[in-house]
Amino acid sequence: MAEVVLNDVAKSFGSNVALDGVSLTIPDGSFVVLLGPTGAGKTTTLRLVSGLETADRGRIQIGGRDVANLTPAQRDVAMVFQQYSLYPHLTVRQNLEFPLKSPILKTPRAEIDRKVGEVAEILQISHKLDNKSTALSGGEMQRVSIGRALVRNPSVYLMDEPLSSLDAKLRSDLRIELKSIQANSGATLLYVTHDQIEAMTMATHVGVLDKGRLVQFGSPREIYENPVSVYAASRLGQPRINVLPADLFGTAPAGATHIGLRPEHIVQGEGQDSFVERVEHLGDQTRLHLSFRDHDLITVTEAHTTLKGGDIVKIRPEKPYFFDATGARVT
Amino acid sequence: MAQIRIVNLRKDFGSFNAVKSSTFTVEDGEFFMLLGPSGCGKTTTLRMMAGLELPTSGEIFIDGEEVGMKPASQRDIAFVFQMFALYPHMNVRRNISYPLVSQGMPRTAVRQKVHEIAEILGITDILDRPVGGLSGGDRQRVALGRAIVRDPKAFFMDEPLGALDAEFREHMAEELRALHDRMGATTVYVTHDQLEAMQMGDKIVVMNHGIVEQFGVPQDIYDWPATKFVAQFIGSPPMNFLDFHGMIGKGGTSVTLDGTALSLPRMIEGANGDLTFGVRPEHIQFDDSARYRGRIIATEYLGTTQIVSLETANGQIKARIASHQAVGIGQTTGLRFDPRTVTLFDAGNGRALRSEANHGVLAHG
Repeated sequence: MAEVVLNDVAKSFGSNVALDGVSLTIPDGSFVVLLGPTGAGKTTTLRLVSGLETADRGRIQIGGRDVANLTPAQRDVAMVFQQYSLYPHLTVRQNLEFPLKSPILKTPRAEIDRKVGEVAEILQISHKLDNKSTALSGGEMQRVSIGRALVRNPSVYLMDEPLSSLDAKLRSDLRIELKSIQANSGATLLYVTHDQIEAMTMATHVGVLDKGRLVQFGSPREIYENPVSVYAASRLGQPRINVLPADLFGTAPAGATHIGLRPEHIVQGEGQDSFVERVEHLGDQTRLHLSFRDHDLITVTEAHTTLKGGDIVKIRPEKPYFFDATGARVT
Repeated sequence: MAQIRIVNLRKDFGSFNAVKSSTFTVEDGEFFMLLGPSGCGKTTTLRMMAGLELPTSGEIFIDGEEVGMKPASQRDIAFVFQMFALYPHMNVRRNISYPLVSQGMPRTAVRQKVHEIAEILGITDILDRPVGGLSGGDRQRVALGRAIVRDPKAFFMDEPLGALDAEFREHMAEELRALHDRMGATTVYVTHDQLEAMQMGDKIVVMNHGIVEQFGVPQDIYDWPATKFVAQFIGSPPMNFLDFHGMIGKGGTSVTLDGTALSLPRMIEGANGDLTFGVRPEHIQFDDSARYRGRIIATEYLGTTQIVSLETANGQIKARIASHQAVGIGQTTGLRFDPRTVTLFDAGNGRALRSEANHGVLAHG
C-alpha cells in the first residue's frame, strides 16, 4: 500500500495536449476516482502512473519513490483495463493464479488456492473456475480480468472503466464489492470512469479533469455540494444542474453571469409562474421539464404528481450557485 | 400513422423458441418500448413486425390489415438500426433525399420535403456537407432524417442509442422523444435499458425468455409489477425481495415475517407457502421504534439521496433515503415499509398476487 504523488505532470501526443500540468496526491489507502468526459486525460494519467507511458514533464512518486526510471513491473501496480485481456488457452482458475505464480512472488500452493477461491466468490464466478476463459460471456471475462488484479497485493490498483461492459445489476453489485474490498484491505486505488454513479458511490476522493487539467479534487459530497465551476457542477447530479442567466429570478451578485440550480433546489408551489412542458415518470421520481421566461429547466417532483404538460406551476430557487463568465464559482 | 396489433405471435429458429406467444397493441401515435435483457426476443419481435422475419405462427395487424406474410417493402415502415448506415460518398442532403428520389418524387417536392425534415432535426446548416466529417450526433440525425422523410406509417428503432456514450445518449433520448411529440408518428423502440424505456415510452412491453411478462404504462409497471422478473428488471436499485414462508387469506392485510406483522394492501387472492414480500427502495423508512430490524452493511452517496444496504432476517435489501440522514455502518435499525406500495409474490412461479392496489393494473395488462 502506498501514497501516489503527481507533481506538475504533462504529456502530449503530437500536437494534442493530453495532460497539462497535473498535481495530485492520492493518499495511502484512498479510493480516488478520476472523472471527466472522453479526452479529459483520465486514462493518460492512469497509464503514466502504471509506466505504460512516460511523462514529458513532472514527477510521479509511488510510496515516496520516484518511479521515472522504473518499469511497469518494478512499480508494483496491478492494472485492470476496460478491454479484458485473458490468456485464451488457460482456464479461469489458471488465469487467476497466474499473477501469484510469478517467480518473484513464490506464493505457496495453499495460499494461491485460498486467494483464488476468495476472489472468485466475490466476483460471482466460482462456478466457472474450470471453464476455458474463452468459453465465458463478456461480463464474465471482465470479472476474471478484475480478479487477476485482486489476487495480488500491489502498492496501487489502477482500473480503467472496469465495469463499463457489465450489465446494470452486476455493475451495482460490483460497485459495492470493489468499495468494500478496498476499504477492508486498505489498498490504494486509482480508478477512471465517466460514470458519475461509480464516482459518487465508490470514491473517497474524486478528481475532476477538464482538458488535461485537474479542476477540483475532494470528496464526492464536497464536489456535489460545493463545486468550483459550472464544469465541476455539471459532472455530478442526475438530472444535470440547470445553468441559466444570473438575473433570471431576480438580482444576482456582482460579477455573476450565470445561476446554477440543482433540480432538487427548485422549490415548487411558491415564487413565480413557470409552464410545464413535459412530465417524465421514471418510477422512483418524476421529472418536470419547465419553461420559465423562455428558458428550459428541469426539476424533480414526487413520483405520483398530478401535474401534466400545459399546467402552470410556481417555482422559487433555493441554494443557488452563481458563476462568472469564465464558469468559475462566484458564490 | 398506424395502430399495430400483435396476436399470439410465435417464432422458432430450428428447435429454439425465440418468441413464445406475444400479444399486445401499439396504439396510433404511441411511443412504444420493447424492453428486456439480451436474448429475450424483443428484436425478433420487432423484425417480425417489420417483415424482416416471418412468424412461425400468430398474426400482425397494421391498421386492421393482417401483414404477417407481407414483405417489408409493402408494410410502409421505416427502420432505424443500432448502427446507423449512411451512404459515405453522398452529402447530407442526398442521403436524406435518397428514399424520395428512388420513389420518383419530382425534384422541387424532394427539395421542399428535405428542407422541412432538416428543419425538424435542426440540421439545415449541414445539408451540403459530406457525411464523412460529421459528429456522431449529426450522423444519427441524418440517419433519422432518411427514415422520417418518406412519411411512413410507423418507425421501428432497434437500440438506436446503444452505441453512444452516456451523456450523449441522454441528450439524444430527449431529442428523439421531442421529435416524436412534434410528428406524432407511431414508434416502436427496442431497448435493454430500463431507464431509457421509462423515460421515453408511452407504453412498455417487458419481455423475458420469449414471453411478454407485462404490458402497460411505465409508472404502472414500476409501481405494480406483474412478476418478480419485472420488479427486478425495472428500477435502480431494483425492487427488494424479502423471502418468507407463510400464508395470507383472501381479504388479508398483513403477513408475518421474522415474527413481525407487516401491513400490505388488502389481498384479493390468498396464498400459502413460499412467498416474497416486494418493496421498492424509496418506500423503506428508518424508524427505531419499528419492530422489523435490519443491520446496515454499506452506504452509497448519490447527491440528494443515498442507497443503504441492509442485512435482514429475510435477506439483503437496499433503501433509498435522504443523504443528510446519518447512518452508521454496522448498526441495527428499525424498518418501516410503506404498506400502500407493497407487492406480494408467489415465490414459486414469481407471479404477483392480486390485491386491491395492483388489481387495476394487472387486469388490463
